[in-house]
Amino acid sequence: PSRRLLSLRWSLIQYRNITLENTTRVSCNKVLSAFRTICGKDNVSLGEAIREQHGKDESVHRCRPPDVVVFPRCVEEVSALAKVCHDHNLPIIPFGTGTGLEGGVGAVKGGVCFSLRNMDQILDLHPEDFDVTVEPGVTRKALNAYLRDTGLWFPVDPGADASLCGMAATSASGTNAVRYGTMRENVMNLEVVLSNGTVIHTAGKGRRPRKTSAGYNLTNLFVGSEGTLGIITKTTLRLYGVPEAMVSAVCSFPSVQAAVDSTVQILQTGVPIARIEFLDDVMIDACNKFSSLSYPVTPTLFLEFHGSERSLEEQVSTAEEITQSNEGSDFQWARDAETRNRLWKARHDAWYAAQALRPGCKAYSTDVCVPLSQLPQIIVETKKDLLESRLTGPIAGHVGDGNFHCLMVVDPNDPDELHQVHLFTERLARRALAMDGTCTGEHGVGLGKRALLCEEVGPLAIQVMQGLKDSLDPRNLMNPGKILQRGEL
Amino acid sequence: MSGRVLVGVKRVIDYAVKIRVKPDNTGVVTDGVKHSMNPFCEIAVEEAVKLKEKKLVKEVVAVSCGPQQSQETIRTALAMGADRGIHVEVSGNDYETLGPLQVSKIMAALAKKEDAQIIILGKQAIDDDCNQTGQMTAALLDWPQGTFASEVTLDGDKIKVVREIDGGLETIKINTPAVLTADLRLNTPRYATLPNIMKAKKKKIANVKPADLGVNLTSKLEVLRVEDPPQRQAGMKVETVEDLVGKLKESGKV
Repeated sequence: PSRRLLSLRWSLIQYRNITLENTTRVSCNKVLSAFRTICGKDNVSLGEAIREQHGKDESVHRCRPPDVVVFPRCVEEVSALAKVCHDHNLPIIPFGTGTGLEGGVGAVKGGVCFSLRNMDQILDLHPEDFDVTVEPGVTRKALNAYLRDTGLWFPVDPGADASLCGMAATSASGTNAVRYGTMRENVMNLEVVLSNGTVIHTAGKGRRPRKTSAGYNLTNLFVGSEGTLGIITKTTLRLYGVPEAMVSAVCSFPSVQAAVDSTVQILQTGVPIARIEFLDDVMIDACNKFSSLSYPVTPTLFLEFHGSERSLEEQVSTAEEITQSNEGSDFQWARDAETRNRLWKARHDAWYAAQALRPGCKAYSTDVCVPLSQLPQIIVETKKDLLESRLTGPIAGHVGDGNFHCLMVVDPNDPDELHQVHLFTERLARRALAMDGTCTGEHGVGLGKRALLCEEVGPLAIQVMQGLKDSLDPRNLMNPGKILQRGEL
Repeated sequence: MSGRVLVGVKRVIDYAVKIRVKPDNTGVVTDGVKHSMNPFCEIAVEEAVKLKEKKLVKEVVAVSCGPQQSQETIRTALAMGADRGIHVEVSGNDYETLGPLQVSKIMAALAKKEDAQIIILGKQAIDDDCNQTGQMTAALLDWPQGTFASEVTLDGDKIKVVREIDGGLETIKINTPAVLTADLRLNTPRYATLPNIMKAKKKKIANVKPADLGVNLTSKLEVLRVEDPPQRQAGMKVETVEDLVGKLKESGKV
C-alpha cells in the first residue's frame, strides 16, 4: 500500500510539473480579467518594474518576479483571488513588506504575487486585555506609533520595519526576545486564507483569551510557515506595558569567552534583562569607523534594562557585579532617551557599518541559534573559520537567546567569494546543528536552508511536515519551493 | 514668582492618518478618524515636565481648547507629567472657526488668571501649519518670545533660548514672564506608561468657558474651499534624445 501511495504521489508531482508551466502561459489572459473583476483593474499589475519589485526581498537571492501582482483590499478579495488561482493551478505568493532575508518571496515557479499592502487597518484594540488585531499592511513601527498614547507597545523588533503578518509568517524575533519572546509567543489568533480560498480563524473568529487548550494549535502551525500553508490576512497580537524606565549600558571585555560567560551568568541570576547584544571586535571596529565613535576594539556587550526605577537599580547592580567579575570594563551608562539612542546607534548601524568596510559589496547575514552553554565555543570556532577562510564577517548577536549573526560582506561579482561564503554558511549551520541548535534562529528557511532543515529535524519529521503541507495545499500552490524540498526542484 | 508653566496642547488628526477631503470640499473628514496630541505640543509638554523634574518650575498646567474629546489630549499631557489641566470648552461652529487669534486670546487670559511665568506651545499644529499662536499670545501679553526653540535654559529670572533659524542657530536671552514655542529638536517626548496613565486619571481637569475669560471667539476668516493636491500624472518613456527634446518643446517647458 505504501508503494502505491508513493507512485501515486510521484505521478501527481509529474502532472503538477507539466500543467503548471502550461497553464501559467495559457490561462493568464482568462484569469487576468477575473482578477480585474475582483479587485479592480488598477489593482492588477503586469508592469515589469512592479513584478521585479515583488520578486525579491533583502536577501542575496536573485530576483524571481511573479507573472502578475494583485493588490487585494480586503479578505473577501483575497479569498476570491485565491479561488481563481486554485481553479487554474497558479502559484500564490503572499507579499508583505519584502524585507525578508531568506528569499521567501521569490516566485520560483512564476504565478501570482498577492501584495497585501492595501489591507492596512489596525482593528480591535483592547487596551485592558493587552491585545490588538492588525491587517498585513500594518508594520511594527506603525502599530507602536498608533499605540503610543495607550501606554502599550508591541516589543518584537526585527531590524526592518516589517509587516506584522509577515513577521508572523516567518516567526520573526528581535533584540528583546530574551525578555518579551518572539512571534511564536505573541500571536494569539490568525485569519488565514487557504489555497482554495477558504477563510479560517486559527483560534476561532474574534477570540483572544490569554491562554487556551482548545484543540490543535493551528495558530502556531501557521506562524513560521512562510506563506506555504496559507495567506495570513489578520493577526491578533499580545501587547505589553511600555516600561516605566529604561537604562542602557555598554561594557567591553578582554575576550569573547568573558563576554558570553557574563551573558550566561546574568541570565542565570534571573535578571529580567531586556536586551543583551554582542558585538565582536571586528564589528566594533567597523562601528567606530562608520559612526566616528571610539569604543575599545574588543568584544563588547550592549545591555538594556526595563522596569521601575527601583527594580532598575537592583538589575543594574547585579549585572555590573557579574561583568566586573569577568574582567568587564566599567559600564558606560545612559538613562534618558536621547543618550540611550546615541549609545545604541552603534548597534543599530551595524549593518551599514559592516558594508562600509568594503564599499561596493553587499552584506549577507547568517543566522544560527544554539543553547546558551554552547555559545562561547561556537563563536570562537566561527571566528577561527572566518580567519582561515579569509572572509569578512563581523559578528553581532542576540546572545541572550544564543542567537548570533555574521554579517558577511561579499563582492556580488566575485563567484569564488560567493561560493566561499556559501560554504562557510553551511559549515556554520552544521556547527550549530552539532551543538543541539538550529540552522535558523529568526530569519526562516526560505529558499536557502531547505536541505539544512532536513538535517535539523530529520526525515521522519520532514515527512510529517510534508503530510501537513499536502493536506492543506494539495496542489502545492502556496509559495512553492520554500521550506520543503520536492523531488523535482 | 509663581513658578507656574502653562502648556497648550491641541487635539489634531493623528500624523499617520491618510487625510481625505470631504466630498463637498468644505474641509477634511474627521468623523471616526484617529486623533492625538499635536507632535509639537508633545515636545512642549516634555520640556515643561523636564523643567519641573529639574525643580526649576513648580507646576505644569496643560490647556486645551475644543470639544469634549479635548479632555483625552489633556489626560495624555497629565500622563506625561503635567500636574493639572484646564479644558476650555469650544464646540460646534465656534470650534470649526477656532484659530490662532482666538486661542491666543484664551491663552493670554488664562496666563493672567493663573499667574503663569512661562507659556510653552508647539511651534505649529500639523493640521493648519499656522505657526501663529505663540507669537500672537506674546504680543497680546506684551511678553518676550523665544520661538523655534531647540534648547531652553533657565538662568535666574531670564531664559536663554537657542532658536532654529534659516541661517543656523540663534541664541537669545529674554526676560520672564515669556512665551516659548517648541521646535522638533528640543527634546524626545516620553511615552505615557500604564502606571502614569492610571495616576493621570486622578489629576484634576477644570472646565472653563471662553465667555468666563471675557474672550470673543468671532473669526474674521472664512474657509471657501478645501481641495486635494492635483493627482500625479503618469510619466512617458521616449526612445531617443530627439523625442525627449521634441516633447519638452511641445509642452512649452523648453
